[in-house]
Amino acid sequence: MSNKKDNLVEVRGLTFKFGSRIIFDGIDLDLQRGKVTAIMGPSGTGKTTLLRLIGGQVRPSGGAISVDGHEVARLTRRELFELRKRMGMLFQSGALLTDLSVFDNVAFPLREHSGLPEAMVRDLVLMKLEAVGLRGAQRLMPSELSGGMARRVALARAIALDPMMIMYDEPFTGQDPISMGVLVKLIRDLNEVLGLTSIIVSHDVAETAAIADYIYVLSQGKVVGEGTPDELHHANSEWVRQFMQGMPDGPVPFHYPAADYAQELLSREGRR
Amino acid sequence: MQNTRLVETMVGVFIAAGAAALLMLAMKVSNLNAFSDVEGYEVTAQFENIGGLKVLSPVSVGGVRIGRVSAIDFDQEDYEAVVTMAINPQYDRLPVDTSASIFTSGLLGEQYIGFEPGGEERFLKDGDQITLTQSAMVLEQIIGQFIFSKASEGGGE
Amino acid sequence: MSFFQQLGHHALAAFQRLGRANLFLWTVLVGVPGLLFRLRLLIQQLFAVGVLSLVIIVVAGLFVGMVLGLQGYYTLVDFGAEESLGVMVALSLVRELGPVVAALLFAGRAGSALTAEIGLMKTTEQLSGMEMMAVDPLKRVIAPRFVAGVLSMPLLAAIFSAVGVMGGYVAGVTLLGVDEGAFWSQMQGRVDFHEDIMNGVIKSVVFGVVVTWIALFEGYDAVPTSEGVSRATTRTVVYASLAVLGLDFVLTALMFGEV
Repeated sequence: MSNKKDNLVEVRGLTFKFGSRIIFDGIDLDLQRGKVTAIMGPSGTGKTTLLRLIGGQVRPSGGAISVDGHEVARLTRRELFELRKRMGMLFQSGALLTDLSVFDNVAFPLREHSGLPEAMVRDLVLMKLEAVGLRGAQRLMPSELSGGMARRVALARAIALDPMMIMYDEPFTGQDPISMGVLVKLIRDLNEVLGLTSIIVSHDVAETAAIADYIYVLSQGKVVGEGTPDELHHANSEWVRQFMQGMPDGPVPFHYPAADYAQELLSREGRR
Repeated sequence: MQNTRLVETMVGVFIAAGAAALLMLAMKVSNLNAFSDVEGYEVTAQFENIGGLKVLSPVSVGGVRIGRVSAIDFDQEDYEAVVTMAINPQYDRLPVDTSASIFTSGLLGEQYIGFEPGGEERFLKDGDQITLTQSAMVLEQIIGQFIFSKASEGGGE
Repeated sequence: MSFFQQLGHHALAAFQRLGRANLFLWTVLVGVPGLLFRLRLLIQQLFAVGVLSLVIIVVAGLFVGMVLGLQGYYTLVDFGAEESLGVMVALSLVRELGPVVAALLFAGRAGSALTAEIGLMKTTEQLSGMEMMAVDPLKRVIAPRFVAGVLSMPLLAAIFSAVGVMGGYVAGVTLLGVDEGAFWSQMQGRVDFHEDIMNGVIKSVVFGVVVTWIALFEGYDAVPTSEGVSRATTRTVVYASLAVLGLDFVLTALMFGEV
């Protein structure tokens, strides 16, 4: 990990503020080339924001993010767009273009960027759709797809330009067990077969732990734990253990801070 | 996405309809075609007062439009308005002693020039001037005269 | 919060929005020349923005023209000037009602649809997704819609006026018996191509720019939730309508003021 060449994405001292709210407070991350790295944490810790920072859609308030040796925030718009052609991103909703068919959605980045003849675009699209198992759905419109299928189409689109990395934003949220299983397998397989670097942002512990090589746990703007899935399950931090094992009570209390229960029940205030 | 051919056809129909509408506004509603037939032979006439006469106001004989006012000038020697009229070439048998008057169509309507043909055997041609003219009736003047005459009648008693 | 702090807060927010809107327009305009190579995108939007607004424009134009014909007749007949009906109908339509009413209907029909569409694309991360695919949504999504709106508006306004004149003809000549020759000849005598019709066209181009700009910006700037999009859609109709009416006054004063 100390070898700089191994890291596709390096985050150093990243600070990000949204108004007066601090989302990230000086975090360091190393995402190794060819591995599946997961960023985990409770809802509202800005995990999606982290992906947007890496993709250059928002600028950090402080610190630096470098992707494949380029410091994202310093790139011109043109350079940034060049870099993005080599990044795929899978949005939580799939973000398919609703007025285009499945085929045209996957063809979209190819038609916009590759300048390939239409026959070759067609072959490539069919290949990518075959890889996610949805070649038969090419004529459907996004509104006719289930959530899991939409995500798979979006995945086919994300790998259309053969990127060096893919960022997954909450890929498992709201999926039934079968499509969850399909996605887990796809993410792992694509990573192996295409030699991708994958970044998964998620709070689904079991699925993420099953495919991630390395996990960072974020909470309140800081990295509170890191390691392989195994290491984290037995982490020293009580907080990390609560999160990984999904226990209802612990350092993160079950109860929202409130006045004393008995006292509030007995008090006459607020009664009619 | 809708059928591409249908979309393209409909867009074509839309643009054609818009162009047709503009054409209709230009040709049927406005005086754009009147500009083109302003050519013809030109005669001038001097008036003391032209009232609300404007360029493109009609010129008619017996209620038939035979031309339009093509220019309005002011003669600084005679202190009179000089009105140039373009007369449709098919009406080339107007006697030289034709008189021109400025009338109002209806009580408050627009003003136009009416020709009253004379009896000469020679006809008006390009560049001629009509000498017999009658100015516009200005409503305020008429009312003013009326009041004045009433007042002077009252003073005489 | 004190009164002054609130006032300042709202004023600053309004200026910020105005600044964003201007920047937005500028970025879109930069993307317009590239459209020449992608006429297909433009044609699709001309369909969505123009063709789909056609029915409401034609129907509304017909009725407005007929009402003008009726009301104009009842007013003019008292002065024995019902032959000027054609002039009245044509001038009202070409100078004012054509551009203005067409723009108001356009804001309601196409403007709100544009805002909702863009807002929804933002909510469902489609715009964000495009950016991550290294495609600039301002060029790919917004610019064709903008051009389509600006091109459609004068065409729609012309169609509205033309149909309106026909409506006036139907009401005045066919129903009430105004002399047909007088109807057209007085109209032609008094409606000036440059003064009246071209000024009407210029108005409708300006309205097209403003309405489309507002609609697209509201969609692009919408809070990405269902509630945010529905609010943005309402704002589009309100702001665009007010802008059209306000600008109409300014333009009328500039165009016909010196007479």
